[in-house]
Amino acid sequence: MDPLLALEQTLNGIQFGVFLFLVSAGLTLVFGIMNFVNLAHGSLYMVGAYYGATVYQITGSFLLAVVIVIPACLLTGIVLELITIRPLYPRDHLDQVLATFGLILFFNEAVRMLWGPAALFMPQPEGLTGHVEIISGAPYPVYRLVIIGVGLLIALFLYLLITKTRIGMLIRAGASNRPMVGALGVNITNLFTKVFGLGAVLAGIAGLMAGPVLTVQSGMGEEMLILAFVVIVIGGVGSIRGAFVASLLVGIVDTLGRTSIPALLNVVVSHNAAQTAGPALASMLIYILMAAVLFFRPSGLFAARTG
Amino acid sequence: MKTRLAIVLGVAACVAAAPASAQDNKLRLGLISTLSGPQAILGKHMKDAWDLAIEMLGGKVGGLETEVFVGDDQAKPDVGVQLAERMVKRDHVQFVDGIIFSNVLLAVAPVVTDANVFLITTNAGASPIAGKQCNKDIFSTSWNNDQTPEAMGKLMQDEGVKNVYEIAPNYQAGKDMITGFERYYKGGIRGQTLFKLTQQDFQAELSQIRSAGPDAVFGFLPGAWGISFFKQFQAAGMNKIKAYSVFSVDEATLSAIGDAAVGSYTTGFWSHDLDFPQNKKFVEAFRKKYGYDPANYAAQTFDAPFLIDSAIRAVKGNLADRDGIRKAMEKANFPSVRGPFKYNTNHVPIQNFYKLEVVKDASGKIMLKNRGIVFKDHKDAYYKECKLAS
Repeated sequence: MDPLLALEQTLNGIQFGVFLFLVSAGLTLVFGIMNFVNLAHGSLYMVGAYYGATVYQITGSFLLAVVIVIPACLLTGIVLELITIRPLYPRDHLDQVLATFGLILFFNEAVRMLWGPAALFMPQPEGLTGHVEIISGAPYPVYRLVIIGVGLLIALFLYLLITKTRIGMLIRAGASNRPMVGALGVNITNLFTKVFGLGAVLAGIAGLMAGPVLTVQSGMGEEMLILAFVVIVIGGVGSIRGAFVASLLVGIVDTLGRTSIPALLNVVVSHNAAQTAGPALASMLIYILMAAVLFFRPSGLFAARTG
Repeated sequence: MKTRLAIVLGVAACVAAAPASAQDNKLRLGLISTLSGPQAILGKHMKDAWDLAIEMLGGKVGGLETEVFVGDDQAKPDVGVQLAERMVKRDHVQFVDGIIFSNVLLAVAPVVTDANVFLITTNAGASPIAGKQCNKDIFSTSWNNDQTPEAMGKLMQDEGVKNVYEIAPNYQAGKDMITGFERYYKGGIRGQTLFKLTQQDFQAELSQIRSAGPDAVFGFLPGAWGISFFKQFQAAGMNKIKAYSVFSVDEATLSAIGDAAVGSYTTGFWSHDLDFPQNKKFVEAFRKKYGYDPANYAAQTFDAPFLIDSAIRAVKGNLADRDGIRKAMEKANFPSVRGPFKYNTNHVPIQNFYKLEVVKDASGKIMLKNRGIVFKDHKDAYYKECKLAS
């Protein structure tokens, strides 16, 4: 592959990775700190996308959509935590999986009832529709650069939140030794609600930003959820840093693999075989990556949990 | 206790499943379409046209009392099979119709034909169904997948396009489209992408296309794919590459794609401005009833109830006379939106294909304009493989 194309595809991979990071950051916090398996996390991503598309359709302002979606997702997350998630903390993982799987079905049907079965198509925000030539000869859409920028800013914000603030300290403490944090008199219940709300907001932002490049539809969260689980397993459960590195890794490997494997196979085997095997192999690539990482580092790249 | 309960339930289930009224000579029609998810826009055209046709037949197809059963296949073959089984076993339909996706059609076909029920595909045109796996009870009111891209291949060949990049989803229809295209296009192929069915974002593929530097793109990107692709194509500043496509820019997608599609070409067996009485009636009634423009998915489906109507009238409403119904359908003796046509031996229409351009009219509305015939009375490439003793 020529180097300019490789560079451009890496950029595409980073952009995909940033999406994955926003979804998996919340998931890894909830899983790592609360020891809670939340399959409904992808639904929060979907809900964010629907909120965004709706506000944008009514007002025509993307900025207003941002302003409204963030508190709306926070509220959704907190209400969800109070009503259905909280009673599940003492239960084992199987119960949590069953209950949150039920939530997936609930949310998918709920958006179908509220917004109809057809997908929503959200136009690109005004003012971000153009393209700039950051690699010569390859104009790149401005909106995608904005996605990358926002994703990196949020990563920086999370880094500062986790390392420099009191709540961050509690989150880290909670991830490594939860009973001890409780024993020291921290209101764990309160902390859990905050963490869950934060995760909901991050997923909602990812959904909102995905609206203009993907289609907003019932069930859009599940595909993202599977990838997010791959990311947190590779990155190490509970580690934001791990989620960040693993997201970019998965994003880049998937994008480069998807675009170059069929072409590479073409050189080795016959055209027909390459066309059949290429796409199949490309879609397996990230799972092969996950298996390889787990072989060498069974608890992921940056394991947060020590006890 | 448990065993006894099970027996009671079992008996109850048998009673409930017994044919309630299979002998009452009432026409039961099943419609399988994709009514949820990103491709629901295609299913909506199909369903709306179906309802309209039955309404225009006075709710009595073939003069018989008609009951319709509708199912949403979610673009999944397994769901399609469940629906087909329910329709043939529980609802006792005499016809299963519709079906957007070729992979769904391939899965559904044996379920329907094994139950001695007619299957009328009003969209999906999987090539095996036109060839080796053809069946005496399967009819098409659309086309074989290869036909439309064959017209596009000929068009691009005639216009002297030097080389292309091909893009299509990785499933039966995607492969058929590329096969059909390459049957008539003999220029250079700069590259090819088969993307997975769940894909929605084409940024990486667009980078790949630009790097390959073709003169033109040939795409098969129906429904939601077309909307994403053409919008992103424009956002990536790739307007120098000409975009030719099949089933991608049409009345189902143009309003969402907007200006990004203007000036691109497609081919098809039908356009809203074809000068046939049935077509005029259809387009006018459709616009009036639903307030939007019908796409080819609607046009094809609109024909199906009229085909069934003609066949049932030919046997004077005797639904038990399946041979008679089949023979009557083979004559295609009904007013079609595409004008008069004949069925080939594999029950695929022999029909014209036209060159269509995306234009913006004086009022700013983006629409397809018919630019003349590419193929006249075009036969599909598979009918010789079909061994039907008819």
